[in-house]
Amino acid sequence: MANYFLKTPFSEEEVRQLKVGDIVHFDGTLFGIRDLTQIYMVDQNHEPPVSLEGMPCIHTSPSLKKVGDRWEPICVGTTTSVRMDRYSPLLIEKYGVRAIIGKAGLYEDSLKAMEKFGAVYLAIVGGAAALETRQIEEVEAVYWEHLHPEALYQFRVKDFGPLTVAMDTHGNHLYFDVKARAKQRLPEIYKKLGVV
Amino acid sequence: MSDFDYTLVEETGKQLYVRALCDLPPDVRRALAHAYEKESQPGAKEIFKTMLKNVDVADGKKTLICQDTGLPIYMVKIGSGFNWDGAEVKERLTEGAVRATREYPFRGSSTHFLTRVNPQTSVGERLPVFYFDFVKDADCLEILMVPKGSGSENMSKMKMFIPADGINALKKFVLDTVIESGANPCPPGIIGVGMGGTSDLVTRLAKEAIARPVGQRNPDPDVAEMEIELEDAINATGIGPMGLGGDITTLAVHIETAHTHITLNPVAVNTQCWPARRARAKVYPDGSVEYGY
Ligand code: SF4
Repeated sequence: MANYFLKTPFSEEEVRQLKVGDIVHFDGTLFGIRDLTQIYMVDQNHEPPVSLEGMPCIHTSPSLKKVGDRWEPICVGTTTSVRMDRYSPLLIEKYGVRAIIGKAGLYEDSLKAMEKFGAVYLAIVGGAAALETRQIEEVEAVYWEHLHPEALYQFRVKDFGPLTVAMDTHGNHLYFDVKARAKQRLPEIYKKLGVV
Repeated sequence: MSDFDYTLVEETGKQLYVRALCDLPPDVRRALAHAYEKESQPGAKEIFKTMLKNVDVADGKKTLICQDTGLPIYMVKIGSGFNWDGAEVKERLTEGAVRATREYPFRGSSTHFLTRVNPQTSVGERLPVFYFDFVKDADCLEILMVPKGSGSENMSKMKMFIPADGINALKKFVLDTVIESGANPCPPGIIGVGMGGTSDLVTRLAKEAIARPVGQRNPDPDVAEMEIELEDAINATGIGPMGLGGDITTLAVHIETAHTHITLNPVAVNTQCWPARRARAKVYPDGSVEYGY
């Protein structure tokens, strides 16, 4: 387990050095996306109005407050990623996204895209929205505002993390590994519990 | 009818929702701190540290612990020593939940099941969820408020086994459900288990089980022993905090039980996330309110 401190945009090289179990913090730009954002972008063919090249994207539907023409974060948390699995390979391949941040992970096709194009999945501590919100310095832009709270958000973050590398560019998938190990231990656990 | 002012119940209903979302109960904090101490894997330890830090940040800034403000559940115990107007209590608590949502303000999650329209009130048809119970030799109204987020609620499961399957089938079911849930319910939380009753009662028992303070054992020693056995079994899976691997996968297993039919053998699991949020209040006939967890 290694600790990394990165700055956005991430280079392919930086991302490829990461291995599952490593801990990452970073400074810079973070894009917020959710189900609707990606339906609009991918299924309905709307080109993002800003480049996502080298950037991290987080699965969120933030609570924001509009003060004048500025947005202030009230509560920004992270949602379960699996619902958005089918969009992830495209984000990586077509738009050059280097990290997807969420909870509970993505499936095989995303893992393959990560290996091929150089991207990682970073697991955040779910439910820790108070801390996450504090790490957001500014809401720099809200694109596709009509989709709010599932628009495309550009945040500036400081010391964002800790994030655990849960899917890397070497084909490793921490959630799969942990589950497989649990299943392996199961006969022993059943025996001890006296249920077999 | 007495001249009790029920706006107090409304205010309490509102306060309870906000308190539950911002102030994690001391027993849950202790359990997380203990988990941090005990955890041997460095990655998992870092996660526990972050959870504890998050609770502190929420304290300091009086902000939400988690963004999912959930669906409101009010578990109400009505003391028989005072002439409480139950219908009024229900209406006022509902209004309290609406006011919490609008006045705090936070994102409401209640949605019409068909149109999926969100009224941004946290309530709606048959919401909040209410449990009413009655207590002798008490004059107060005891209200326990539990906000239930979707990540953990989505992992709920119920099954009707047959008596021949015995208690072992129920234990195995609990363990298998936790493994299947993996990272989704933001482990390590409270695993609430219902055993016995009917299909509806067993599900309700599992929900009551998650609302118990962490580690408070079932008074029946046989059931308490089963709670410990299941905790050990679940922690032996190594699923760990956030499903990323570690020694601690659950803070506690709580089991609630009921008599069942001679030919029934039901079990239900309800998972509560690591921020096992709840808040309690006792409202007295003289208009005083005592807040707790
Ligand atoms: S599962 Fe619980 S802790 Fe995790 S995001 Fe949902 S409500 Fe919050």
